[in-house]
Amino acid sequence: MAKTIIDKIWDRHIVVGEPGKPDLLYIDLHLLHEVTSPQAFEGLRLNGRKVRRPDLCFATMDHNVPTVNRKVINDPIARKQIRTLAENCEEFGVPLADVDHPDQGIVHVIGPELGLTQPGKTIVCGDSHTSTHGAFGALAFGIGTSEVEHVLSTQTLWQSRPKTMEIRIDGEIAPGVAAKDIILAIIAKFGTDMGTGHIVEYTGEAIRKLTMEERMTICNMSIEAGARAGLISPDETTVEYLRGRKYVPDGDAFEQAAADWLSLASDEGAEYDKSVSIHSDEIEPFITWGTNPGMGAGINGHVPYASDFENELERDSFLRAIEYMGLEEGQKFTDIEIQHVFIGSCTNARMSDLREAARVIEGKKVRDGVRAMVVPGSRTVKKQAEEEGLDKVFTAAGFEWRESGCSMCLAMNDDVVPAGERCASTSNRNFEGRQGTGARTHLMSPAMAAAAAVTGRFTDVREQFAVHA
Amino acid sequence: MKPINEVTSILTPLDRSNVDTDQIISKEFLKRIERTGFGKYLFHHWRFDADGNKRDGFVLNDSRFDGSEILVARENFGCGSSREHAPWAILDYGFRVVIAPSYADIFYNNCMKNGILPIRLPEEEVEELLAKGKADPVQLAVNLAEQTVTQPDGTVHRFDIDPYWKEMLLNGWDEIALTFKYEDQIAKYEEVTQRA
Repeated sequence: MAKTIIDKIWDRHIVVGEPGKPDLLYIDLHLLHEVTSPQAFEGLRLNGRKVRRPDLCFATMDHNVPTVNRKVINDPIARKQIRTLAENCEEFGVPLADVDHPDQGIVHVIGPELGLTQPGKTIVCGDSHTSTHGAFGALAFGIGTSEVEHVLSTQTLWQSRPKTMEIRIDGEIAPGVAAKDIILAIIAKFGTDMGTGHIVEYTGEAIRKLTMEERMTICNMSIEAGARAGLISPDETTVEYLRGRKYVPDGDAFEQAAADWLSLASDEGAEYDKSVSIHSDEIEPFITWGTNPGMGAGINGHVPYASDFENELERDSFLRAIEYMGLEEGQKFTDIEIQHVFIGSCTNARMSDLREAARVIEGKKVRDGVRAMVVPGSRTVKKQAEEEGLDKVFTAAGFEWRESGCSMCLAMNDDVVPAGERCASTSNRNFEGRQGTGARTHLMSPAMAAAAAVTGRFTDVREQFAVHA
Repeated sequence: MKPINEVTSILTPLDRSNVDTDQIISKEFLKRIERTGFGKYLFHHWRFDADGNKRDGFVLNDSRFDGSEILVARENFGCGSSREHAPWAILDYGFRVVIAPSYADIFYNNCMKNGILPIRLPEEEVEELLAKGKADPVQLAVNLAEQTVTQPDGTVHRFDIDPYWKEMLLNGWDEIALTFKYEDQIAKYEEVTQRA
């Protein structure tokens, strides 16, 4: 029978499958960071347990780390949390790329970069954006700290088989439209809870043409559509991305692995519990205007009117959102001024993201009154960008060029948007207070954020910057 | 974790949909390395203004609901970040039960691991509980074994829950200890799949 990649991977990982119970699934890769792991390690200590397979774990520090003055963490509680991860990794033998390590970076950037992320693997991390790794055809999902402790102890998790869902993108993506626009358009169309209880597979010709980094951007935000995991069947693009990376096999072993990876792709005619589609005509450069990632629209649109919402509850949510965001009904997006630009996060801080932004910004200046920063997703990305001279392009334009980390995506370190100020951000969440108490976040692609940095307001990157000509 | 079966308490009506875990526990409180002590930060920015004063109109600042152990909210509760600090804060504040039409998957699982009972009820039933609960404090009797929520007038709402998680919650079992009973199967799996 034709099977989806989701069922193929699931079936391969069942350790115990008893009727009336969730399956006990084996976990191939467990990524860890400083914020959601300390209580799990403490649990091991309290119960005299050890880490079953430290060789299948990999830890780094990303959420709290400073992006300037790397050595100086002003917040004593954050400092303690970072030190605690180092001590836990030491005590339990878990490999760690700490702040000074050349492999350090955002956990969802370094996993693929190092080749730890591979098709067919089950991958977990105490972070909801673990869905990123699904771009490789891995079954990757975020877990809570109790589950982190469970995986550390047993290398398994009890999981009920989720429903499957196909999101098909029909047609060709137009020039000037980014992967971020695709996923923002999907979430705006289908809502932030469309994927609840499901694992999503993205399909369609448009998906096949995307690079791995673009696929990561899309899978990353699956969780913003409610899906714990979102994935893409592996193909030659996947194989070529992984070839030669640090933790993939080489020689014949690689070719064998690659053949296996390709066999995981969903079979022709495989059925999903639910299928939806979006046409490329519906996708243009997107921005969000509200306080969840589903509140978005094309750049040439405007803030909705209350009268657009027939449902009273939706109208109330809308009014609360625009009040928080400091916007008026019907306001044109291109009339909205910004004070901050953040290019970074596990969604959009890879080489291609930085290149796209640099092409827009090259030879131009950040508008007066706008503070703009670039936070590369990893130390590897930072190094490569500097080799290409991108750092010079950004700093010449007036951007700050930072060290890698999660930074202003969630503002756990010192990179914060002040209350009432507005940020064009390439991150993944525009929730109230996400980038700082009272901060107003608008999500968009790196090119769109760069264009906003130049003009000081939201701008259709296709009109003013002939970047794709 | 603490077992849970019967909870009788007035309900706290949190009349909002898509409540994300960033609102439940804001990032500035995630730096602690303990599981306890998060209750005082629950819904911090909705409860307090920038000067630390209580915001009027937010339900947790309404003394009629002091001591409540049952939180009622709208759909897609607990969306966003996987932070288990969210259920830790809910539990530490004093809630043992959440009632909503739907939950984000990770949050739902996280509740189960901490002895919080997340109940799914149909939207119209939640609507009714919110409306009544906002007008006057309403005492609910929750019974996990029976899978019921009972109003003072005897109206009974039935809910579904996976039998596996029901047993875990009723007994307050340590899931890891249970999984260790399958150690042989795990070792065999590793051997067969050459992960050893």
